[in-house]
Amino acid sequence: MQWETVIGLEVHVQLATRSKIFSGASTAFGAEPNTQACAVDLGLPGVLPVLNEQAVAMAVQFGLAVHADIAEVSVFDRKNYFYPDLPKGYQTSQMYHPIVGPGDVEITLEDGSTKRIRIHHAHLEEDAGKSLHEDFHGMTGIDLNRAGTPLLEIVSEPDMRSAKEAAAYLKAIHSIVTYLGISDGNMAEGSMRCDVNVSVRPKGQEAFGTRAEIKNVNSFRFVERAIAFEVERQIELIEDGGTVVQETRLFDPDRDETRSMRTKEEANDYRYFPCPDLLPVVLDQAYLDHLRGQLPELPADKRERFQNELGLSAYDANVISASRDMAEFFEAVHSECGDAKQAANWVQGELSGALNRENLSIANSPISARQLGELISRVLDDTINGKAAKEVFQALWNGQGESADEVIDAKGLKQVTDTGAIEAMIDQVIADSPAQVAQYCDSEPEKRGKMIGYFVGQVMKASRGTANPQQVNGLLKEKLDALL
Amino acid sequence: MALEESHVRRAAHLARLAVSDDQASGFVDDLSRILDMVDQLQSLDTEGVTPLAHPLDATQRLRADEVTETNQRDTFQRCAPAVENGLYLVPRVVE
Repeated sequence: MQWETVIGLEVHVQLATRSKIFSGASTAFGAEPNTQACAVDLGLPGVLPVLNEQAVAMAVQFGLAVHADIAEVSVFDRKNYFYPDLPKGYQTSQMYHPIVGPGDVEITLEDGSTKRIRIHHAHLEEDAGKSLHEDFHGMTGIDLNRAGTPLLEIVSEPDMRSAKEAAAYLKAIHSIVTYLGISDGNMAEGSMRCDVNVSVRPKGQEAFGTRAEIKNVNSFRFVERAIAFEVERQIELIEDGGTVVQETRLFDPDRDETRSMRTKEEANDYRYFPCPDLLPVVLDQAYLDHLRGQLPELPADKRERFQNELGLSAYDANVISASRDMAEFFEAVHSECGDAKQAANWVQGELSGALNRENLSIANSPISARQLGELISRVLDDTINGKAAKEVFQALWNGQGESADEVIDAKGLKQVTDTGAIEAMIDQVIADSPAQVAQYCDSEPEKRGKMIGYFVGQVMKASRGTANPQQVNGLLKEKLDALL
Repeated sequence: MALEESHVRRAAHLARLAVSDDQASGFVDDLSRILDMVDQLQSLDTEGVTPLAHPLDATQRLRADEVTETNQRDTFQRCAPAVENGLYLVPRVVE
């Protein structure tokens, strides 16, 4: 039987506010335990939450970026459950009237095709603290620094049909929130976490199968692996005559499998009700218009512009627009050198390679966009050849010189385009290689094209890499063929 | 609406309240009367009335995103039964 996979994602994005969603405690990462947990975060008696305007603005910006309806009135509810890292006994969330209504995101797949994934809604809520399960004399340690950190939970419709689509969706969300600057998107530090709902159904069947929810998947790669495993598990189970039960599972990256979390003796009943401590949040049109005016150019728009106006391929446009830092770097390189294709090649090739090797982000690139743009200009105006350009790149990377021109001068890399000088070098090489010349003249005409490489190499060596390779090629062929 | 003792037991469990057998039957009567009152309220015609999330006709005020709290861990932890290395200690949570 042919099976179809159905996937929906709940993505929790930590918003990059300075203070918490309902208190003035800091949200900075990595502080000493409980030094950033104030009376409100601890749920002490008599405290009142006051909503952070920046958290609201960030949620709205996200909504606008995914073409969503923004709720004129949204309401906070209490989700009641007991766990030691939730000192109030409830999580303040938005169950019935979330701030962001239905919207959609366009994802790009590996073959360059695109697909629209609908967003069901997105709501604001607070994060819980952290439980440390290493042994404290048989007790558990609780750090409440994270309690009250603002989260935006983005809930998709079950529109994805493969692990690849799910990963592409997660990347699209990541790229939108980092473009907007509403989250640092750091998955390793938990700034973006994701729950994956997976089910399978016979191809062609309309009704959904029973789904399992995989909790807390925290990398793009893990999302793909967790789904791949879970799909196979469910198909095998059904084909062996079993049935999938609706349950929560955990992905174990070390063993590459999902496991059932121990089912509680009683199903959760969160008893949601409107939080009496918080009034309805009302947003007017002027406020939304103001925020809309502040939106940056978003990844999908940039991708389209790179393709249509700058002539980049779908692949290049997609890779470069995925990160705002990379897109802006590319645009600065392009405005310096004027050649989009070359700028894209260098940013994705030499530069990305060097950054990856040293594990640096493009924001910390030792080479500035201006330096790289100038270097490309010198290739384009034939001042240096491609080989010398790599040498200049390396020198700039290592901080040996302020500009491409400076390095070119200091290292004497200026390309020799003077025909007379190149001819003199060619004559010398021909004179020094009688055996190779004889071989060239004796071989079949169609094999000579390959043999000319030896002579090109010798001339380039003689010029210490500065001769123009196209010129060398042309002149060599003329001179050698004259000897036939 | 007539409640049963199992409903009271379940509500008590969710709220982590210890309820003795004697108390439970009393709660069945008390809570049933409260629900009867709710039933009475629900007999009102609310067609066309927008549900209220809050009794006050007011909207949420927002605060500027500024850090205004300082570290008062020592003060807060003075009333905690057990702390270590700045952490609050609680009975072991089995995952």
